[in-house]
Amino acid sequence: MTREEIIKLIFAIIAEIAPDEDLSHVAPDVPLREQLDLDSMDFLDIVMELRKRHGVEVPEADYPELVTLDKCVAYLGPKLKK
Amino acid sequence: MSQYDAIIIGAGMSGLAAGIRLAHFEKKVCLLEKHSLVGGLNSYYKFQGRRLDVGLHAMTNYVPRGIKSAPLNRLLRQLRIDYDEFALCPQNYSAVAFPGIKLRFSNDPELFSQEIRDNFPGQADGFRSLVRFIMGFNDLDLNAPHTSARETVRRYVTDRLLEDMIFCPLLFYGSAEENDVDFSQFVTMFKGIFQEGFARSLGGAKTILDVLVRRFKESGGELRLRSGVKRLHLGRDRVESVELENGEVLQAGMIFSSAGYPETLRLCSGSEAASLRPPTGRLALIESINILDRDPGKAGLDSTIIFFNNSERFAYERPQKAVDVRSGVICCPNNFHYPEPLPEGIVRLTHIANPEPWLAFPEAEYREQKQSWLQASWAEAVKLIPDFRPHIVLTDMFTPRTIVKFTSHIEGAVYGSPVKHRPGVTPWKNLFLCGTDQGFLGIIGAILSGISIANLHGLK
Repeated sequence: MTREEIIKLIFAIIAEIAPDEDLSHVAPDVPLREQLDLDSMDFLDIVMELRKRHGVEVPEADYPELVTLDKCVAYLGPKLKK
Repeated sequence: MSQYDAIIIGAGMSGLAAGIRLAHFEKKVCLLEKHSLVGGLNSYYKFQGRRLDVGLHAMTNYVPRGIKSAPLNRLLRQLRIDYDEFALCPQNYSAVAFPGIKLRFSNDPELFSQEIRDNFPGQADGFRSLVRFIMGFNDLDLNAPHTSARETVRRYVTDRLLEDMIFCPLLFYGSAEENDVDFSQFVTMFKGIFQEGFARSLGGAKTILDVLVRRFKESGGELRLRSGVKRLHLGRDRVESVELENGEVLQAGMIFSSAGYPETLRLCSGSEAASLRPPTGRLALIESINILDRDPGKAGLDSTIIFFNNSERFAYERPQKAVDVRSGVICCPNNFHYPEPLPEGIVRLTHIANPEPWLAFPEAEYREQKQSWLQASWAEAVKLIPDFRPHIVLTDMFTPRTIVKFTSHIEGAVYGSPVKHRPGVTPWKNLFLCGTDQGFLGIIGAILSGISIANLHGLK
């Protein structure tokens, strides 16, 4: 999966959880929770949607790997090989 | 035998919310409701061609769409529901009325602060500190121990009258304890009522319930109405199966019960469950719904909800008599900001009741008692609002007997047991509690309860 595809699927999940968020100006290297109004319950939902939609398991110890878009791409890339 | 990941007992607000979360994340869920309608303690019914709400008069915790950290918006995100689907219409204003003094409040918390400064100038600083403490308190911590709200509030508010006036709406809208409430729950209610405020869905409880049912079904959940649970068959440390009143037996990895803790234990087989005797609630309510031939606003009634006490000392406790009409709640559902006025005037009157006589009256006496208490309730209400009695075209009334019939809550205790189980666990490792006896109350509280318990025990 390309970087663009991974960002697209992350945005699709955030758009479902928080439809009011403007995703057009999200900086890739700044923590998502600093740019978007996401609380810890929302963040857990992103993890659960990844499992539901893409079969990706993210153990709790790896949650810091999803802090920014750049880190999401690096972490999820190998798990979303197809 | 049907096999599920989760069975939920009770399709009220909490059961539906838990069901949506579990079904959305691909659990096979069966939601059981004994009544032919969903909603439980917050529902609706048809009466003489009208659809009337039962349960809370208003939704607490009203905030506009943008305030993302507020409970209302958090639960909407969790359930993937758009803000506009609840069609919320904010209140005009409400009030706490005690002899000779009235404190108004609205969805702007400044009004209540101003009223306290004007009426209790010596308490204004203490009240401000109390609000600061409340706003910094994490009331949704599932592991917080029970503490007395009265004791905590007295550290800030030293005038007993003001203390009672602050407690009055919060106790009426969700305390299962006599004259007090757990501090965490007090904070939840305080934020929901005085800091955020009231709204009502256009279309009432049915609007919210329809959205929840639709979300549950489109997430893949199975809703079974008229499906009361007869027995929970217990093994050594878990529920082995669920037997329905029609004899069908279901199995599930997890059971979530919103029926109340004593009520759930009553369904359990075996002596261990019977030996646990959690206290049952002592508080029950009685309510009349009065349909008027005119808009109450035209007669000068513009407040949405009045919490009142006409006696010397406010008593939130089981009365000696069948009803304590000296205090209560007067709600005028017309007085929310709707796009168009409601077709008819409505006044709802609520008081604390003693369930024992209401459950014992023979049928003829039951009807007589309802009539005579209705007259007494009207007489008390018109001390506070314009006399609506000549304009009544129709009245219906529920008593603790009605609550027992439709919700199975023991003695009609709408707020459940005074002992709450915030983490939702029971001695059986796959049986969890949500709803009233988990301890988040009101419409928003119930929905948050279902979400929190499903997240904690069903989706880990």
